[in-house]
Amino acid sequence: MNPRLSLLLIGLAGLAVAFAPLPVQPIAPQERTFEIDARQYAYSPSELQVNHGDTVTIQLVSTDVVHGLYIDGYDISVEADPGQTASLTFIANKSGSFRFRCNVTCGAMHPFMIGKLNVGIDNWLYRSIGLATLAIFGTVISMRQKA
Amino acid sequence: MAKIELTRSPFIKNALKSRYPQLAVFIIMLVGYIFAILAGLIGTPVGSHNFSIVFVWIAWWAVLILVAVPFFGRGWCAVCPIPLPGEWLQRGAILSPPGKRPKWLNLRVPKMFRNIWMQNISFLLLALFSSVLLTTPNITGIVLAAMLFAAIGLSTIFERCAFCRYLCPVGGFIGLYSQTAPIELRIKDKQVCVQCEGKPCYNGSELGYGCPWDVFPGGLSKNTYCGLCMECIRTCPHDNIAVNLRPFSADLAKPSTRIDEAFKAFIMLGSAMIYAGVLLGPWGAFKDAAYNVGTSAWFMYVIIFLAIIFGILPGFFTLGILKTKSRLPVKHCFASLATALIPLGLMFWVAFSLSFVLTNASYIVAALSDPLGFGWNLFGTTNTAWQPMLTSILAPGQTLALVGGLIWSARTAQKASSEINISSIPTIVYSFILTLVMFWLLL
Repeated sequence: MNPRLSLLLIGLAGLAVAFAPLPVQPIAPQERTFEIDARQYAYSPSELQVNHGDTVTIQLVSTDVVHGLYIDGYDISVEADPGQTASLTFIANKSGSFRFRCNVTCGAMHPFMIGKLNVGIDNWLYRSIGLATLAIFGTVISMRQKA
Repeated sequence: MAKIELTRSPFIKNALKSRYPQLAVFIIMLVGYIFAILAGLIGTPVGSHNFSIVFVWIAWWAVLILVAVPFFGRGWCAVCPIPLPGEWLQRGAILSPPGKRPKWLNLRVPKMFRNIWMQNISFLLLALFSSVLLTTPNITGIVLAAMLFAAIGLSTIFERCAFCRYLCPVGGFIGLYSQTAPIELRIKDKQVCVQCEGKPCYNGSELGYGCPWDVFPGGLSKNTYCGLCMECIRTCPHDNIAVNLRPFSADLAKPSTRIDEAFKAFIMLGSAMIYAGVLLGPWGAFKDAAYNVGTSAWFMYVIIFLAIIFGILPGFFTLGILKTKSRLPVKHCFASLATALIPLGLMFWVAFSLSFVLTNASYIVAALSDPLGFGWNLFGTTNTAWQPMLTSILAPGQTLALVGGLIWSARTAQKASSEINISSIPTIVYSFILTLVMFWLLL
């Protein structure tokens, strides 16, 4: 096959992998409540899994010093004083994997106090794997064509 | 793309030949460096409000790994303030060479140390304590001061700039990755160097110092050990040295055969992956282990860290090489094919740093006004709230970096393997698997 044509096809496939909408199985939204313990420098549980459209309530309990919980991508946060519980409710209307992190300076490792919120399937991870596979495929094909 | 000689421009050439522009940058850098040491030692213990942490580990690191290394190679070394006091002391002068040579020991670095193993060890030492180093201002201050004094000490014992060439933990990886950069310093005509008497570029003259990096420019074929200090441009009596713009990763076309450089590639690759898991992952136990130096958990962390870098990563890589059934010694194939991991490692660091830098960049604005955390408000920005930047483009940016690194690595593997006549497939598969792990850790 013409090298330029095969590169063009791989490029188009890459665009499809990166941007094509994926079929979503509709799941009825639920109300989900999580109690998260915050301590220097970890959340427990540190990973949350919800479905797209769920109404999520996070009850943040700080067990040592003042901690916060800020969710990347959603740009919302909550703060809890030591021994206190604070609540945050939001609708998980963005799919993907989002880091949540402490937004109140709580000690040395504060910038690395991180958890993960997974809303539905982590599309971006699978798209990235697809792009990497295509990239390798394209590289090997171009290598064969040069040989 | 053909090479473009940047030094053809009289403006660029004069700027590089003159010592004053470089000295001006050096002075600014040295003032900043000394201030970072002081801030670390006397400023607030809260890292996110201290100049030493914010400007060294967020601002400087961002510039270094996202701009300086990928685009200028050893560009940072050209303006680095760490060797300055030692060089001034060693030379007995700040600018041009003095009439009389200062009386220091001026010894040659022993042959057994003339490699980058000491840089590998110094980087690993910092890496193993990185959770404390990145977050504790006084530790950062002490380490910065120690590097300054080590450079001074080595300058009084050994000739040239032994610290930069053989010990600097940062210089080791900058050198490795500078091979990918589109900037190089090379001679124009080899014959001119062959016929040149006295080799002032290496030995020095009244116009400038002999190469501080112990490199003879006439034999320079890679960026790895050229610190872009520009001394050879000043001393060459034949105007035979050029700074060129060239295609990315031109040096990687000639694979390395050095084991110390191969292991540097593994150290950097492994460190990026471990940091992505420990610092940016959701696992609190790993963070505790990495931070609590001296505890049994930390010793376990050290063992796992070293096992990944010196056992697991090179082990699987070697298994892949054995599958190729090459007639060449395994050591030779290992060193040559490890060249393919250089662009992959660089892009792993770019992807990791994007996350770390964009999340914490807003601290820079606040620290500008209150660098010591004493409650000052010099520019009215002290109360700037912490806010992650550009979170919507972070994941696509990291994917681009990692996929780009994978393609770059695969193409480098093809070139390296064709040089030694073996299959590149195991190296490409290896790079692909590591990229998948990195996706899982970062996305």
